[in-house]
Amino acid sequence: MRRRDVLKLFAGAMAFVLLPINAIAAGLNLKWNKAAFEATKLADASKGLNISAETPSKDIDLIAPDRAENGAIVQIEITSRIPNTEAISVLVEHNPTVLIGNFIFSNGALPYLVTRIKMAETSDIKIIVKAGDQYFTASKNVVVLENGCG
Amino acid sequence: MKMRAKLTGEVTEVKVIISHPMETGRKKDDFGQLIPVHFIQLVVATLNENPVLEMQWGTGISKNPYLTFHLKGAKVGDKIAVSWVDNLGNTGTGDILVAT
Repeated sequence: MRRRDVLKLFAGAMAFVLLPINAIAAGLNLKWNKAAFEATKLADASKGLNISAETPSKDIDLIAPDRAENGAIVQIEITSRIPNTEAISVLVEHNPTVLIGNFIFSNGALPYLVTRIKMAETSDIKIIVKAGDQYFTASKNVVVLENGCG
Repeated sequence: MKMRAKLTGEVTEVKVIISHPMETGRKKDDFGQLIPVHFIQLVVATLNENPVLEMQWGTGISKNPYLTFHLKGAKVGDKIAVSWVDNLGNTGTGDILVAT
């Protein structure tokens, strides 16, 4: 078999392997939001997420340590008591890129989340909850003793 | 991928750990060379093939991403699956049946 054919075959096989997840993502209309994830300022990330107005809310619980020994792994727990919560976004103001993740709930998933994030330095963690076309926020400051972004 | 799904009362608690380096592209190796950016961008969790949690991630999710989420309406024996794709087009999937 010629080299060219082997390459073609390989490319074909790769495309086939890649198909399922792309099909899943396409079927769900899920795209990676480049503009929001490359933003270096909170305002630009919000703009990237198409958020115009944000209202602080006491109905969002954010549990995070007051002081993190290691910024590479900071565990956070988020609960939203806001009716019809559709999505939760996590941002860290002083990280090189501020948007950590966007989590969209449906079909019986409760607006609750535990995950682990990186923090480059002492900063506020900001949570944005989407409910319908309204956005609510909560923040907590975490002191970082050793930076986790490298 | 390591997964667990435990039903207590009405709520199923799902825990997931994905093995992935989640490189930011800003870290240097032992030779002072930048390690290329390599991170998971999209993750979808499904319950019996229906999406329950769709996620977009940046480089700020920790190495070997960890996740806990809660579902209402899942029954013992239901299938929960998680699929991801990273910025290099690599993919991974895992699934687990709901247990008590």
